[in-house]
Amino acid sequence: MQFKENQTIYLQIAERISDEILLGRYDTGSRIPSVREYAALVEVNANTVMRSYEFLQTQGIIFNKRGIGFFVSPDAKHKIKEYRRNEFLKNELPRFFMQLYTLHIPMEEIDSMYRQFIENLTSNPSNQQS
Amino acid sequence: MLQIDNLVFSYHKKKNPIFDGINLSIQPGAVYGLLGKNGIGKSTLLYMMSGLMFPHKGSIRLDGVEVKRRLPETLEKIFLVPEEFDLPAISVDAYVRRNSVFYPHFNRDQFNRYLTDFELEGTSNLAKTSMGQKKKYLVSFALATNTPLLLMDEPTNGMDIPSKSQFRKVIASGMNEQKSIVISTHQVRDLENMIDRIDILEGGRLLLDADTGTITSHLRFVKGVGEADTEGALYKVSTIAGYSAILPNPTGEESPLDIEMLFNYAIEAPDNLQRIFANPVK
Repeated sequence: MQFKENQTIYLQIAERISDEILLGRYDTGSRIPSVREYAALVEVNANTVMRSYEFLQTQGIIFNKRGIGFFVSPDAKHKIKEYRRNEFLKNELPRFFMQLYTLHIPMEEIDSMYRQFIENLTSNPSNQQS
Repeated sequence: MLQIDNLVFSYHKKKNPIFDGINLSIQPGAVYGLLGKNGIGKSTLLYMMSGLMFPHKGSIRLDGVEVKRRLPETLEKIFLVPEEFDLPAISVDAYVRRNSVFYPHFNRDQFNRYLTDFELEGTSNLAKTSMGQKKKYLVSFALATNTPLLLMDEPTNGMDIPSKSQFRKVIASGMNEQKSIVISTHQVRDLENMIDRIDILEGGRLLLDADTGTITSHLRFVKGVGEADTEGALYKVSTIAGYSAILPNPTGEESPLDIEMLFNYAIEAPDNLQRIFANPVK
């Protein structure tokens, strides 16, 4: 696994597992690999992967059946999107706003561009992302 | 598990001791990265931990027993993979038959699995394989002995690029809560994400002995940033992609540890580093 330079490893692994859940590699209710299996897969120590699993558990994305392993929660996909939405609003949007502000781009302009973007997306379903 | 107290050792009586009061406690369930410049004593420390060399002062105990007594009950709990070694001119099977008897928890299935992970096909003469191949055989054997303490001296030296990746996989899958692994290395990039705890040996002492979480709660590591973002940096270097720096971390913001930068900072400003880690994070 190629890691990004400025984000902690355990969060990057949690993101990767979330992507795999969204893509259906791990189905709702199914067991995900053990901490050790996943550690070997991404070549990271087991304690780091344990942190990723604990994080996903706190977010309600996976749950632990004692002695059996970790499983994908029934509403995992919803939880992942909810988490990403909050992260976007909290971390990325302020940066975006700052750019708008410093470059003097009025919100109206953004609004019409966004409408255009949505229109393109819906008229051309191949562009659409899940 | 392994307890080092006030270890003193010197190779030459007239020169400064290479260990001048080292204290270290090795706990199960963690991978320790032992770092230090060439000739600083990393290998010597591993040899002492395995009972191959004896301290002049102080003690090294495994589960309460002095390692230097070399009791069978102690030696069956330790495996050392040296940086350079020879293997006997015998087959893999013969090697296993001869050596596995010393390790009560040796597991042949595990050994076979590691051989597969390393893409080793078995050989009729271990002595005739390359250094890289020998390392992979011995690392596979070492992990399969399931000793609580596994010591490895520069294990990735001599391994080709795919082998280093296989090595990380094998370590990650061979690791468990009962084991501790101590790896001395210069190749920090090879093992960056495998290490739980960092020990930097310098000037006869341990300059730093801390787990990665403690390190990143004291220090913030940034890469590829503009000069303005390195204000107040404790350490910084200019790279093609901008600046990489170590900053104080008053807010406790988490960042990915860069061991190479940490090591360079430790060697450049040992006193500052020790001052930072002397104060617990609030």
